[in-house]
Amino acid sequence: MIELIARHAIGRPVRGSALVAHDGFSARYDLDRAAGKFSRPAHKLAGQSYVGKVLVLDTAKGGVASAWMLHEMASRQLVPLAIVLNSVNPILAQGASFGGLTMLAGFDGDVTARVPNGATVEIDPERRVLRVL
Amino acid sequence: MEVGNFFGAEDFVPVTQAHIMADTESLGPAGVKWLEGLAAAGQGQCKVRIPTITDPRGTDFAKAGLLKQLAWMLDLERRAIAAFVKLGVSMTDTCINYQTIQAPTRGEHVAFGDTGVVIYSNSVCGARSNFEGGPSALAAGLTGRTPRYGFHLDAQREATLRIRVHWTPRTLNDWGALGGVIGRLSGNYWAVPLVEGLEGAPGSDALKHFGAAMASFGSIALFHLAGITPEAARIEDVGGDRLPVAHHVSESDVKALQSSYASDDEIDVVVFSAPQLSLFELRDLAGLCDGRKFVRPMLAITSPQVKPDADRMGLTGRIEAAGGQVLSGMCFYQSYAREIAEANGWKRLATNSAKLVNILGGYGYVPMLASMQRCVEAAETGKLP
Repeated sequence: MIELIARHAIGRPVRGSALVAHDGFSARYDLDRAAGKFSRPAHKLAGQSYVGKVLVLDTAKGGVASAWMLHEMASRQLVPLAIVLNSVNPILAQGASFGGLTMLAGFDGDVTARVPNGATVEIDPERRVLRVL
Repeated sequence: MEVGNFFGAEDFVPVTQAHIMADTESLGPAGVKWLEGLAAAGQGQCKVRIPTITDPRGTDFAKAGLLKQLAWMLDLERRAIAAFVKLGVSMTDTCINYQTIQAPTRGEHVAFGDTGVVIYSNSVCGARSNFEGGPSALAAGLTGRTPRYGFHLDAQREATLRIRVHWTPRTLNDWGALGGVIGRLSGNYWAVPLVEGLEGAPGSDALKHFGAAMASFGSIALFHLAGITPEAARIEDVGGDRLPVAHHVSESDVKALQSSYASDDEIDVVVFSAPQLSLFELRDLAGLCDGRKFVRPMLAITSPQVKPDADRMGLTGRIEAAGGQVLSGMCFYQSYAREIAEANGWKRLATNSAKLVNILGGYGYVPMLASMQRCVEAAETGKLP
């Protein structure tokens, strides 16, 4: 089992399947929110469903819309289970708080290189821990 | 409180203005319902306590039919507007408030949404704001304060990487593309690029496109231009003397970013938006439209503050005589871009906005970046020259 410690954490404990890429994340720029898929053609996860996944990505990108959009996505149950980032911006932190999502950010080393795609992971925000089971 | 704790804020900082991004494509029915609940709280006595304004809405009600927007979209917009008005929010509907409403001053702490507004206010005006999403900007408007972290702090405003530019753009699309290149190099929100080597002092529209693209491509909230922007009169003022030059950027880098979007010469629609156009941009556009007849839709989108002047000065009339349309109070990508593309058969889109091309790929468009002149020629011929 691998245990990774984050500097920032928000949300409730979750367990799920990791969807991993060394790429950015913005709800407006990258997603077809109606279909629940990554839609930006240049994104490394283009065409893949994010619904119910623990997204493990490099950094928050793009504009301020994600602060509303994560809440809107959660209202339709077409939302990731959690978001894990090397680097976060205030918008995704605000969006996670408003939308009730779990989020971890800020690791020693590249978290996208430490978590295998498809692995089952567990997040404990109170201890700021991500476990690869 | 939760976001402040997340980033380790020790306390709150009083803010003097708030700016809320809240188009209904982002809010959805759930967000509008939440807004209505807030507006009804305390028997309607819940009001903002500092000047609080809005980013573009999701439509121009006068031109919604032209865009083929649906009744439910307009209904959602009306409900959101009614809730904001109850909360005492001023419906300015603009992302160029620093050009049209009231620019913040150096050292002024504000709570602004729209990344282009934040990066311009921080960098060009010397104000202090983080990216504030709609809910947190509204919270700042209601309380007059925001968590003190990030770009409210002196330490966060020091340069973190130094970039030397070997070419100075002349057109707005080139300024935007340069901003995009620097945004990509900078990498994340906490990076503060110090850019040196630019010739002369860029104008407000140039820095508007430069900053908006940098924020869009890199999530950057603050840049310094050596000898130009207010906090970087000398590079040592922002710690630049302690940094090696990390990157060199030349004309070829800027052109490479633009050519990466040049995938087709046929176009379906031309859009000038993101950010909204200033009066000077509309003046230039009107000059380019004179004597032409467009065979493709051409949309020019400005703020509700600029539009009456453009009407009064005859700029709107000259653009619309060529077959273009001037819209106000919205922004193209915030106006149900996917749905209006499907309704109008728009896929291949030409624009001079680097920010817009960066956004629209995910909405199913094939966006192309070119100068204002080439975009106008494309509207006339249907092909991007």
